Amino acid sequence: MSRIEGVLKSLKGQGRKALIPYITAGDPHPDQTVDLMHTLVDAGADIIELGVPFSDPMADGPVIQRACERALKHGTSLRQVLAMVKTFREKDDATPVVLMGYLNPMEAMGQEKFADAAVDAGVDGILTVDLPPEEADEVAPLFTARNLDAIFLLAPTTTDDRIRAISEHSSGYVYYVSFKGVTGAGKIDVDEVAAKVAHIHELTALPVAVGFGIRDAATASAVGRVSDGVIVGSVLVDTIARNQADPDQLKRALTDLLHPMREALDSLAS
Amino acid sequence: MTEEMLKALPDARGHFGAYGGRFVSETLFDSLLTLEREYKRLKDDPEFQAEFDRDLAHYVGRPSPLYFAERLTRETGGAQIWLKREDLNHTGAHKVNNTIGQALLARFLGKKRVIAETGAGQHGVATATVCARLGLECHVFMGEEDIRRQSPNVYRMKLLGAEVHSVTSGTRTLKDAMNDAMRDWVANVDDTFYIIGTVAGPHPYPLLVRDFQSVIGRETRQQSLDRTGKLPDALVACVGGGSNAIGMFYPFLTDESVELYGVEAGGLGIETGQHAAPLSAGRPGVLHGNRTYLMEDENGQIAGTHSVSAGLDYPGVGPEHSWLKDIGRAHYVSVTDDEALDGFRKLTRVEGIMPALETAHAVAYAIKLAASMDKDKMVVINISGRGDKDMQTIAEIDGIEV
Repeated sequence: MSRIEGVLKSLKGQGRKALIPYITAGDPHPDQTVDLMHTLVDAGADIIELGVPFSDPMADGPVIQRACERALKHGTSLRQVLAMVKTFREKDDATPVVLMGYLNPMEAMGQEKFADAAVDAGVDGILTVDLPPEEADEVAPLFTARNLDAIFLLAPTTTDDRIRAISEHSSGYVYYVSFKGVTGAGKIDVDEVAAKVAHIHELTALPVAVGFGIRDAATASAVGRVSDGVIVGSVLVDTIARNQADPDQLKRALTDLLHPMREALDSLAS
Repeated sequence: MTEEMLKALPDARGHFGAYGGRFVSETLFDSLLTLEREYKRLKDDPEFQAEFDRDLAHYVGRPSPLYFAERLTRETGGAQIWLKREDLNHTGAHKVNNTIGQALLARFLGKKRVIAETGAGQHGVATATVCARLGLECHVFMGEEDIRRQSPNVYRMKLLGAEVHSVTSGTRTLKDAMNDAMRDWVANVDDTFYIIGTVAGPHPYPLLVRDFQSVIGRETRQQSLDRTGKLPDALVACVGGGSNAIGMFYPFLTDESVELYGVEAGGLGIETGQHAAPLSAGRPGVLHGNRTYLMEDENGQIAGTHSVSAGLDYPGVGPEHSWLKDIGRAHYVSVTDDEALDGFRKLTRVEGIMPALETAHAVAYAIKLAASMDKDKMVVINISGRGDKDMQTIAEIDGIEV
C-alpha cells in the first residue's frame, strides 16, 4: 500500500477528510521550503502537494505564475525540489508528498532518471498538469513499477467515458478541478461540485480530492462534505507572497489560514 | 516519402512520429476531441469546402501570383528566383487563409466568441478581420513587448473591433501570449473558439492549420507546372511556428526532387544564444500542448528568445517540422537579424516588394542558396507577408524618426 493510500484509508476509517495544501517549491526562497512543509503538517496537512516551478505554467493563474517566477529567480530546479523532499523526509516519514508540475522539466531530466530520483527522495505521487493518460503510456509504467502514485485531473468537462478511463490510469486519488478556469480564479459552486463528485464516486472507487476555489474554512467545509479531501493552493501561495519579507510571520500566517480549515473539516466527522 | 506515409500522419492521437500530441490540462480535452471530430467530418463536406474556396477566391483574392523576380535573379547570378505572393492576400499575409478556415469552423460549432494569440500582429489582424466579417466577438492576446514593436497592427485590430489584451507575464512576447490565450480558453471553453495562428499547439491544430495553409503549396505546384513545365528545385520559407512553411511544403512532400528549406531566426547569431531557432539549436520537449523541438535550459525551463521579427520570436515550432527535420525531408537553417535586414532592403530596392521581417529571413537565405545553384534551376520563396507593419522597426534601427 502506498503512503498516500494508507493515509486516505486511515482518514476514511475515522470519518475524516484529507486536507491537502499546495505550495510552490523554492517560493519565496529554496532555503525556506522544507521548513514551510513542516509548518503545513503542524497546521494539519494530511498530504502535501509540492509544486515544481515551470517557466510557462499555462494552467495556473497569476498567483502561482508569480510563485514560479520567484522560485526560478533563485534557480530552483527539479533536482533541488527532489533534494528538498529528501530533507523533509529526515524529520517526517509519514506525510505523503505529491509533486505537481508540468511535463517538460521532468522530461528534461529523463523520465526514468526522474522516477528513480523521486522514489529515492521519498516522493509518493506525481501529478503532471499537462499530461493526460493518453500521452502517459511511456511514463506511467515507470511510476507503477516504483510504487509511485500517478494522479490525474478530472474536470467539469470530463465525459463519463473519460472519467472511467482516467480513473483506471490513476492511483492514490483523483484530483477534481472544481471549475473551468485556472488556479486562483473564479468562484466555486458547491452544489455543482457536489453533484459532479457524487457522480464521479459512482464511476470509480478511488478517493476524490477537490481543488480550485477553496480559500477558507467555509469553502473547505462545504467541499469536504461531498469529497474525500480538499486541495488548497492559491490562497496559501498568495499568503506566502504577502509575507515573504518575514519568515516567522509567514509561518504564523500559513498556520492561521490552514488551522481553521482543519477544524472545519474535522467538525464534519463528529 | 510515399503518399501512404503521408496519409498516415498525424496518427489517431495527433502524433507525427515522436512529435505532436495533446498535452493539455483536462478541462480542454473534450473541446479538442470535439474539434477533431467536427473537422474530420467537415473536411470531406463539399459544402464546407466550397464555402472555404469561395472565400479564398473572392475575399482573400486567391490564387496569389507566382512572380518571376527577374532583377533579383540577375543580381544574384544563379538560379531563377520566383516569389509566391502571399503578401498580396487580403490583410497582407498568409495568416488569413487559416483564419477563414477556423472562423468557418467556429461558426459551424456555434461559438460566438473567438480568441487568438499573436506575435507580429498578422494573425491577430487576420482573426479580427474574419471576426468582423462574421460578427464574432474577438479577443487577441499579445505580449507587451510585441505591442510596442507592432503598434500599427494593434491599431488595425482595434479598428476592426477586436479587444487587444496586453500580456505582461514572462518574456512578454508570443509564447506568453499563447499561455494567456490558453488560460482564457480554459475559463471560457463553453462559448469560445481558439483560433491558433500556427501549426503548433495540441492536436488537431497542427493538422487543420496545415490543411488550411496548404493552398499555398498546391497553387505554387500548379503555377510552376503551368509557367515553366516543371516543378521548382527548391522552396524557401521562414519558420517561426511554421505555418507558411508547412503550407508551402506539404503539397510537395512526395516530390523528392524538390528541396525544402525552412529558415529560422538566427537573431544575434546561434552561437550567442540570442536567437529563436529551436530546430537549429534546440531539443525535443513539451510546450503549449505538443511535443516538439524547443529552446530550453538544462532544467527544462523554456528559454528566452530573440529575433528582430516579432512573428518568429517563439521558442517552439510546429511538430510536423520536427518530424520533417528528423527524417531529413526538409532542411532547417537560420539567418541572423542583420542578414534578414539585408534581405528586406534588397527585395525592396530591387523588386519594389517590401517583405515582412519574418519573410525577409527566407529572402536572405534564398539569395545565398540561389547564388550557389545553376542558372537553369528554380527557387521559390514564400513571400508570407508584407512589410508595412515593420517600417517602424526598420526606421528605429536606421535611427530615423517616422
